[in-house]
Amino acid sequence: MNLLLSIALTLLRAKLKQSIVAAVGVMFSITMFVTLLGFMNGLNTLLDGLVLNRTPHVRLYNELQASPTQPIQHAWAQHAAAGADTAHHFIRSVKPKDELPRLRNAEAVMQALENDPRVLSVSPRLVAQVFFNVGTVDLNGQVNGIDVMDEIRYYQFADYLVQGDPHDLASGNNTIVLGKGLADMMETGIGDMVQVTTATGERTMLRVSGIFQSGIADYDKVQCYANIKTVQKLLTRPGSYYTDINVKLKDLLLAPAMARELSARFGVDAVDIQTANAQFETGSDVRNIISYAVGVVLLIVAGFGIYNILNMMIYEKLDAIAILKATGFSGRDVRRIFLLLSMVIGLVGGVSGLLFGFLMQNVVDSIPFITAALPTITTFPVDYNPKYYIIAVTFALLTTWIAGWFPASKASQVDPVEIIRGK
Amino acid sequence: MSSTDPIPPTTSAGSPAGDPAPPRGSNILEVRNVSKSFHDPVTVKVLKEVSLDVRRGEFVSITGKSGCGKSTLLYILSTMDTDYQGEVIIDGEATRGSSGDRLARIRNEKIGFVFQFHYLLPEFSVLHNVMLPGLKLGKHSRAEVEHRAMDRLRQLDMHDHALKSANQLSGGQKQRVAIARALINDPLIIMGDEPTGNLDSRNSAIVFDIFKQISAQHEQSLLVVTHDQDFADRTDRTIVMDDGRVVG
Repeated sequence: MNLLLSIALTLLRAKLKQSIVAAVGVMFSITMFVTLLGFMNGLNTLLDGLVLNRTPHVRLYNELQASPTQPIQHAWAQHAAAGADTAHHFIRSVKPKDELPRLRNAEAVMQALENDPRVLSVSPRLVAQVFFNVGTVDLNGQVNGIDVMDEIRYYQFADYLVQGDPHDLASGNNTIVLGKGLADMMETGIGDMVQVTTATGERTMLRVSGIFQSGIADYDKVQCYANIKTVQKLLTRPGSYYTDINVKLKDLLLAPAMARELSARFGVDAVDIQTANAQFETGSDVRNIISYAVGVVLLIVAGFGIYNILNMMIYEKLDAIAILKATGFSGRDVRRIFLLLSMVIGLVGGVSGLLFGFLMQNVVDSIPFITAALPTITTFPVDYNPKYYIIAVTFALLTTWIAGWFPASKASQVDPVEIIRGK
Repeated sequence: MSSTDPIPPTTSAGSPAGDPAPPRGSNILEVRNVSKSFHDPVTVKVLKEVSLDVRRGEFVSITGKSGCGKSTLLYILSTMDTDYQGEVIIDGEATRGSSGDRLARIRNEKIGFVFQFHYLLPEFSVLHNVMLPGLKLGKHSRAEVEHRAMDRLRQLDMHDHALKSANQLSGGQKQRVAIARALINDPLIIMGDEPTGNLDSRNSAIVFDIFKQISAQHEQSLLVVTHDQDFADRTDRTIVMDDGRVVG
């Protein structure tokens, strides 16, 4: 094999210019492939992250619902059993039950979830509707009581905080993080006090410890975050009062099944991330398909380049092939020589393509990209995932192997007698 | 092999192929009733029931008019042409129906070729050209193959040109390098297709002397197709062909 490789390399050196052109073709396509995929996926991650980072894989909650059966239905059922005609009823007298939107037995549910091997994290939430009193105006708001450390760790909370330290929120009572839109409307900044009124009329003063920007303007005009204890106090509820339990799974794809299972098991409502955000997956998939398609087309074009150059080289090297065969190299050896030659072009082109791809990714990564909707983003997003490098190199080798196979097989079929007697 | 001896002797322990050395005079090559036809555009029988033997150490030439089938026969004997009827036995092994890989191995190990054209690879140095079949055989280390190649070049008085590119040599020199390449694996038989066809009389004489020496001193057989009657007359035996038959 070493001998065949050294022959391949010698032939390559003799046709250095064409070989370099072929390798540059591969390099160019790999560079584009890596840059494109890195950029596309950086963008995907960014856009998906806008919502998905902040979204639990399964959310358990308790929705107020209309009573499923009305008393009159029971009455008619008995009536019909007695043989009377049935009739349509219009009377819906029983309104939704006056119960708290709390999760019953939340502590035990959380304990059970934490012991589940499929679960990555369990974080409770307490969502309260409030008014912010600004002068004579009351602004609508929603305070999310969160377990701050959990949110930082599993929901990238700190990334969306444009001002302030998230740990202030974790340690301090009576502190609040306002959405950017809301803070702008109230003209408040860090350290200011805001007055909050709950739906039941309780009034509390909270200190602003940070400003939050999710990138979705409507969301930032309403949403606020506070320590879960603060919200429990705000609502004058006990320490076990939670309205939501957010679950992150180790495998996102298990979410729909888990949601159904948890809903049945704990008797609560459950929604999974796929149901809540179906459109994001679709967008990512389409972008992915486009970038892979472009990359693969580029590689195929490079493959044709290699095919051409190898065909030419074999035509020029018919004498060499004939004498190699005459002196004891088999057809398989000849095929291997030209396949190796092709693979060397692919490997050199592929590896330099990866290097240039990495450089190009860095270039893209440093192009300024400033948008009000994305506070934490200052340059174009790039995903440096090594996966794309591995895919690119695999594709490059595969393409060059296929592009080399046909000319190499042709070379292996060369009849030395025909060449030698033709002279 | 000592460097003071310019002509390395064939190893006494065995033949180049590693088998026990066939005694001088035993058949290296046996050809039995070989026929071949070309079918394009009409079927023409170019070889008709050819039978011949070449013994160890024998220097045999094949002559005949142009188109009598002598080259066609040589390429069948070389195992490169497999489209024929009959039997070709090289060193006791029937080659008909053997796999391409096996035939390549036989060519590598037991047969050396010298063609009218030198077929040296211009990308490689003279030394490397000679080494290639030896490296392919893989019986010796690279250093050993290089040493053997230098010995062959010295035997042919080409060792001063070992590191040159094949393009830098004259026609006669190229042909001598091609002979060195044919000798690298100590083949049992060396086949030549008009090996002096492109050479002037002085170089032809040199090549003939080399062949004679190979045959006499190393007990390697030679089978050379030539139309040069002087050349043929000086060989041990001349096989004359006419119209696809051996006539003398």
